[in-house]
Amino acid sequence: MKFRILAYLFFFIGIADLFTKIFYGNIFSDLTEDYYEIANPILVFTPVLFFSIGGIFLKESKVSLTLENFGTSRIKYYSPQFICLTIVVLIFLFFTFNAQINMENRGIDFGFDFLSQEASFDMQFSLMDYDGQDPYWWAYVVALLNTLLVAVLGIIFCTIIGVIVGIARLSPNFLIRNTAAWYVEFFRNIPLLLQIFFWYYAALRALPLPQDASPLFGVTYLTIKGYYMPAFIWNNLNIFTYSVLAAIISIIFIRYYAIKLRDTEGKQLPVFYISIAILIILPALTFLIGGVSLDFEIPVLKQLSATSFIYDGGIAVPPELIALTLALSLYTATFVAECVRAGIQGISKGQKEAAASLGLTPNQVLKLVIMPQALRIIIPPTTNQYLNLTKNSSLAAAIAYPDLVLVFAGTALMQTGRAIEIVSITMLTYLSISLAIAALMNWYNKLIEIKEK
Amino acid sequence: MSKFTFLKSDRSNIQTVLITGVFLITISILDVFLNSFFKFNLMSFLPDKISLVAPLLFGMIGMQLIRIEYSGNKYLDILNKNINNSKFNAALTLLIIFLIFKAIPPSLSWMILDANISGETKDACTGTGACWTYIKVWFRRFMYGMYPNEQHWRINTAFLLVIGLGTFGLFATEKMKKFLALYYVVIYPILAFLIIYYLISGGYFGLEWIETGAWGGLSLTFIVSFFCLIFCFPLGMILALGRRSNLPAVRYISIGYIEFWRGVPLITVLFMSSVMFPMFLPEDFFMDKLVRVIIAITLFEGAYCAEVIRGGLQSLPRGQYDAAKSLGMGYWKMHIFVILPQALKLVIPGICNTFLALVKDTPLIFVVGLAELAGMLALAKTNPKWLGFAMEGYIFAAIIFWIICYAMSKYSYNLEEKYKTER
Repeated sequence: MKFRILAYLFFFIGIADLFTKIFYGNIFSDLTEDYYEIANPILVFTPVLFFSIGGIFLKESKVSLTLENFGTSRIKYYSPQFICLTIVVLIFLFFTFNAQINMENRGIDFGFDFLSQEASFDMQFSLMDYDGQDPYWWAYVVALLNTLLVAVLGIIFCTIIGVIVGIARLSPNFLIRNTAAWYVEFFRNIPLLLQIFFWYYAALRALPLPQDASPLFGVTYLTIKGYYMPAFIWNNLNIFTYSVLAAIISIIFIRYYAIKLRDTEGKQLPVFYISIAILIILPALTFLIGGVSLDFEIPVLKQLSATSFIYDGGIAVPPELIALTLALSLYTATFVAECVRAGIQGISKGQKEAAASLGLTPNQVLKLVIMPQALRIIIPPTTNQYLNLTKNSSLAAAIAYPDLVLVFAGTALMQTGRAIEIVSITMLTYLSISLAIAALMNWYNKLIEIKEK
Repeated sequence: MSKFTFLKSDRSNIQTVLITGVFLITISILDVFLNSFFKFNLMSFLPDKISLVAPLLFGMIGMQLIRIEYSGNKYLDILNKNINNSKFNAALTLLIIFLIFKAIPPSLSWMILDANISGETKDACTGTGACWTYIKVWFRRFMYGMYPNEQHWRINTAFLLVIGLGTFGLFATEKMKKFLALYYVVIYPILAFLIIYYLISGGYFGLEWIETGAWGGLSLTFIVSFFCLIFCFPLGMILALGRRSNLPAVRYISIGYIEFWRGVPLITVLFMSSVMFPMFLPEDFFMDKLVRVIIAITLFEGAYCAEVIRGGLQSLPRGQYDAAKSLGMGYWKMHIFVILPQALKLVIPGICNTFLALVKDTPLIFVVGLAELAGMLALAKTNPKWLGFAMEGYIFAAIIFWIICYAMSKYSYNLEEKYKTER
């Protein structure tokens, strides 16, 4: 126990030492020049030394467990690790050493204080209020939201398309099967960047100008400057929200009750239809008696100058967002489709036949027997694809959609010149999104894995 | 219900229903065909809205009529089983056929009938269709970038030499087979690098020196993906071994490395290579942009490669390790002679897929200013003499990439089938 505490202590000191060296230079650099010159090469190794001592203590604390697996000598066990650590730390220190000199030469200091400075650039499109007077950190948040918006839209659409195509690939119909297969082969084998360019520069540029556009579904306009939709204006929105919440809660209770009824009396309630009915009727009632009403703000054509027109009011979806969502969802849908197909094919035919022979209806077979098993195969690789989609959404920078990479690693980097800070913040953001989703997926995998006795 | 028996198809009235059904389907398809190819509406006597859905309606009734189980007619049975086994499927079948008929005339006329390919300038494109003249004029740029025209033979020769050296393994005699691994891992990359350095970059033997900024087009795609592949493979191997190592420090360093690179998008890695690398290197040390990009992509793809190879290592039975150890082999001997040869054979398809992803990712180097095929397209698109041909350019690039990637995915699929049967 004593050994273990000592080990952790040394690890901590090692990490702290490394970080001070990276961010603040050598702690002993205040000493006179001569001493510094001599001591520097040795001081470089202090983190390795701390790590190694910590490692040895940790090893000693449970020495009887593992050492015998490693043949005869302790040198064989410790020396490779020591060499590896030394190399890694050396590389780190080499980089930080150079970075310090380079930054000194260029007159930049390291630090994150620039985040509170005024950003003074504009964004084409943002979900939250943003203008040039806001600080950099707010620009970061707004850009991150834009990235997440593309990711969420892409995930929704790619799931819908992917599931349909995946099921279509297993259809008994020859034509449907092959159409789906060609869709997958076609979109999967063209680089995503080209697809984004194609939609943005070629396909969407063929759309009409705002003044020539004919309405789609009566009130929306698809033009070269984007997609204009009516915006909702709610009266007494909170009453409506409460009614939806109440509907959801009552559905949960009904499901619970239905399961109990099934277990005790063996009766089946049509839960699905009841839920849908509640979800429609309750909010609809608030329109009649709760004083809720809904208005639309319909986009109207407005003349800016002699030849320039624009639609005013309503929601405007910029063409960059449309192109990006289209390309991302069409591309990722091919991979999702393959996951879905593999999942359904992974269930043996015997399962279906056994369920049918128990007297379950085809719908029940699908819902109670096939889907729960297929989902177990489908979900992990599909989550991976969602992750890829989120990472690929960074290609937005190529068509000037204001996402994290364009705004932060592009414009903000140009303005401040803080290359190291900004690129590391951007990378760490994506990394933490990835790691968070991966952790969530591991947890989910543990939850659904087959529990054997 | 007895009134409607004539609508119910079975083997007794097969002649009647077959003739009626086929007639209806033919009419519906003929209507769409004439409509889209000759702008002639067969059912114009019907009201507007009905004439729109009439083909589908007629087709559906026809399909319904010919849906006879065990009709005795072989072809009809095949048809029913494959495209006409329920109402829903019949409707989808008809819709797909209609869609194909609707889509063929406009795309055909745009791509071929109304298209232009003659001439040397934009004025040659007079038709409403595609302007393939644009592709013809810019073809060399799309392939070789800004590389001087009279020097293109150097790129071609270099590629031929590299490919020729790569096929060496096919002709190796039994005696030489021992050295194949050494050849491909060590000698071949060095040879390839030297060929590309001396021949394409030049500056020696009387060849003009051409800076990497002028390289571009599809040949740059090949150069980048080739080098990244041969460098990321050994890196991935070391990382995979490190991740499966029993030494905690080695294992955690490998895990940290792999998870870091797998968690970030390639575009930020490229940004890093262009703005952060120069900060991390000594001040008077100059590194070419292309080299920086290749290093960045190699570091990035190495992590993916490592995961693929780890899959192969994990799929080997434990007995292989135990057997090697019992023969007195050490760690390196065991891995080089027993484990890796088997594991690497298993992961060839996976490596192929990684390589495919790598090729599809190379257009991204456009964001750091290297004019690869996508970059050349962006350049050509904004050339004032050739405005307005973005569509042709992207379709051309898409076709090229599609052919490369499709061939590679088919090849990897074949390899997968081949190795599946062996074990």
